[in-house]
Amino acid sequence: MNGTAVLHSIIDGVLTGSVYALMATGLTLIFGVMNIINVAQGIFVILGAYLSYALSVHLGIDLFVGLAITIPTLFVVGVVVERLFLTRIKGPERVVMSILVTYAVSLVIEGVLNMVFSTNYVELHAWYVDRSVKVFGIYLPYIYLLGFAMAVVLLTALYVMLYRTRFGSSVRASLADQTSAALVGINVKRVSTVCFGLGVAVTAAGGMIYGATNAFNASSSYDLISRLLVIIVLGGMGSIGGALVAGIMMVTIEDLVSVVWGPVWSNLAFFLILVVVLSLRPQGLFGKQTVRVA
Amino acid sequence: MLKVRNVWWIAAFGALVLFPLIETNPTYTGIGVIALIFMGCATSWNMFSGYSGYVNLGSAVFYGVGAYTMTLLADHLNVPGNGDLFWLVPVGGLAAMIVAVPVGLVALRVRRHTFVVITIAIFFVFQLSAINFGFTGGTAGLQLPLIPWLETNYNKPFYYAALAIVVFATLLSVAVRRSRFGLQLLAIRDDEDRAAGLGVKVFAVKLTGFTLSAFAVGMGGALFAIFIGQIYPQFVFDPLFDISIALMAIFGGLGTLTGPLLGALVLESMQQYLAIRFSNGSLYLIIFGALFLVIVLFMPQGVVVYLSEWRSLLASRRVEGARVVPEEKS
Amino acid sequence: MTTLLNVDRVSKSFGGLRALTECSLSVEMGSITGLIGPNGSGKTTLFNVITGYEKPDSGTVTFEGTEITRASPSRVFALGVGRTFQITRIFARITVLENMLVATQRDEGWLRGLTRSKSSKSELVAAMEWLDFVGIGGLASLPAGSLSFGQRKLLELAYVLVADPDVILLDEPAGGVNLTLINEIADKIRALNKDGKSFLIVEHNMEFVMNLCDRVTVMHQGADLVSGTPSEIRSNPMVLDAYLGGNDDDDDDEELS
Repeated sequence: MNGTAVLHSIIDGVLTGSVYALMATGLTLIFGVMNIINVAQGIFVILGAYLSYALSVHLGIDLFVGLAITIPTLFVVGVVVERLFLTRIKGPERVVMSILVTYAVSLVIEGVLNMVFSTNYVELHAWYVDRSVKVFGIYLPYIYLLGFAMAVVLLTALYVMLYRTRFGSSVRASLADQTSAALVGINVKRVSTVCFGLGVAVTAAGGMIYGATNAFNASSSYDLISRLLVIIVLGGMGSIGGALVAGIMMVTIEDLVSVVWGPVWSNLAFFLILVVVLSLRPQGLFGKQTVRVA
Repeated sequence: MLKVRNVWWIAAFGALVLFPLIETNPTYTGIGVIALIFMGCATSWNMFSGYSGYVNLGSAVFYGVGAYTMTLLADHLNVPGNGDLFWLVPVGGLAAMIVAVPVGLVALRVRRHTFVVITIAIFFVFQLSAINFGFTGGTAGLQLPLIPWLETNYNKPFYYAALAIVVFATLLSVAVRRSRFGLQLLAIRDDEDRAAGLGVKVFAVKLTGFTLSAFAVGMGGALFAIFIGQIYPQFVFDPLFDISIALMAIFGGLGTLTGPLLGALVLESMQQYLAIRFSNGSLYLIIFGALFLVIVLFMPQGVVVYLSEWRSLLASRRVEGARVVPEEKS
Repeated sequence: MTTLLNVDRVSKSFGGLRALTECSLSVEMGSITGLIGPNGSGKTTLFNVITGYEKPDSGTVTFEGTEITRASPSRVFALGVGRTFQITRIFARITVLENMLVATQRDEGWLRGLTRSKSSKSELVAAMEWLDFVGIGGLASLPAGSLSFGQRKLLELAYVLVADPDVILLDEPAGGVNLTLINEIADKIRALNKDGKSFLIVEHNMEFVMNLCDRVTVMHQGADLVSGTPSEIRSNPMVLDAYLGGNDDDDDDEELS
């Protein structure tokens, strides 16, 4: 182990972590606004990756250009899923039911993807995926830098939408308290639908980067969703800032552990950190303690 | 005099006892063994998660610990490949309970929504540990001593051992439901903070329930290990197990007694059958997922509750029964 | 008279918001003490601090000479402090009788709960007696979630009573219920008080408080403003000021979510 390797892993971690942060932001936004744990987020990422794959292999469309098609497509997929299934969930066990429903959705999509694309692992290719650039003596694949830039752009767009638009204030009001938001005339139903669509849409971008940096098939979604869930719990469920910080932090630590102790330990470290942090701070890093007292 | 309900229970139990005597095709009795193991696990899972509302999506931790305990002990104690292995099944259950204590101490500190997620995370800690540590044999897995029984009779001892686990889990569920402790679990499900304000030691009660529920699941895993003869991390620490168990209980009726039994029997038999029938796993996933969606969306309280409401509606309307209005809780 | 429950200069803030500022209060043994004040003056927060749902930043709470400042809700209950909530909280998916049984033992080891049945004969009798006392004995076998709003209030009162606490904190017992029921509740409280139970009552219905209580404490902006008999309170000009002016907060009581 040497200093350069450590530095390298930190830079890699921050670059790829930002993409995880983007995907986790979608997940935490959905939870915060709708009280729904979207277990299908993992398969949506893979769906996004496969869409990019199909566009680039069959139509020769560049991966980044393809986002102009895949992002709206996944937005629509999200809206359809929300309208068809999630609006029907009622009753006292809403959160649990949401996990089951989105899991079922995820199984169906997994089955379809397996049929269409088979279970063989694929990878996305483009010139910037296979080439690296040397920065301060460290080789960085172009795709890491482009992915980071894209995550920053999309997160900024999301930020602007949330904090600078009228729709954004409706979303933030719904995040804080759905009932009060409804009382002041916000159409919470519409906000929920759009938020679910947005939360899913970001997976198109995340999926493209994931597919360009990892070989994947439909079952890669299990690994993804467990990571994303850990990130949002660690950040504090419903906290967007928390998801950002936790996403970058976790992936960086994972990369670091991989370099220092070996890749065998990096996955384990990822989940162990969560267990340790939650033992000390049950509400997550940025979560609010929610005890219902009145 | 026997109540009608008890007659049903006895009839169902009798049918389960007789099944392997009548049906001798090893394919079908094999499905029976697996279905019974899942019935035991789902019932035990429901005894904690169904009663308390803390949905544990990491029950494969108990299952896997049971399976590995069995395998490692059989190896270290040099147990020969015969019926003696069965004595280690309860030891697998105990090991799962021992593991449940520290897991519960961490996971039960958080509220329900987070609990679900942290159980998933802890599950991955165990799965990855089983892959990475040397004593578990890594991804290559471990072998159990081979039991040299004839194919035609091989399944029977497993079938009855699994049935014993089901009976145990069911009786435990009944006992808990009738105890003060069970009432406290239900109170926690309905309003945990209020229960604390009425003298319920919520954390101790939750931890006890969580630990108790590990026993039958651990036994199920241990029995599964000898039945299959070899174990791999991805096999016994399986995320699909986590979700299937929850699914079966919810399909049947969360918090009810018959629900998990019926749910596991129907779903697991169907799953095994479909897996044999359609070698195409993808089609199976689609059918399973779609069916599941239909059930959760149209019978959210589970088949058992749905059927009993339907029956009482048909029977007559003489009793002005009060219907529970499901309350929105935040 | 001896002091049963004593709150001494308790402060509590949530982030920047000061909910309680050096608030003091006492409940004498055998009394019915009223706690009034404008919305947002900290009454519910004070209840939460006393019953262990919130930990105060400073100050002490003692009950029968035992300090309970940072005790857990179950410990406070075990010592003999029962409470109801402003928004009635019952266990919706178990029966009315089972709701009662949850509370029959003020303090029981968790291990004991595992080995005993849901109820003993005497507990069952006591539970039914209290249900009959509040007038909903006929509903015992129904799921509690099917009760009406008023019935839920009565159930909550009954299951606090079944554990035989020494002092009972009622958070708006008359809130949102009709006049007949208000009078009924007042009668029950009086009857219980005759049997030696002490009460601390938060209520907005002035008539209810003034008719029922021996002493009244007025809270204002998180602190106790003045205490006295109902007639002293009525004639105190500071009380009127508190209600009319300086009330910048038209929220309902601090609801913590």
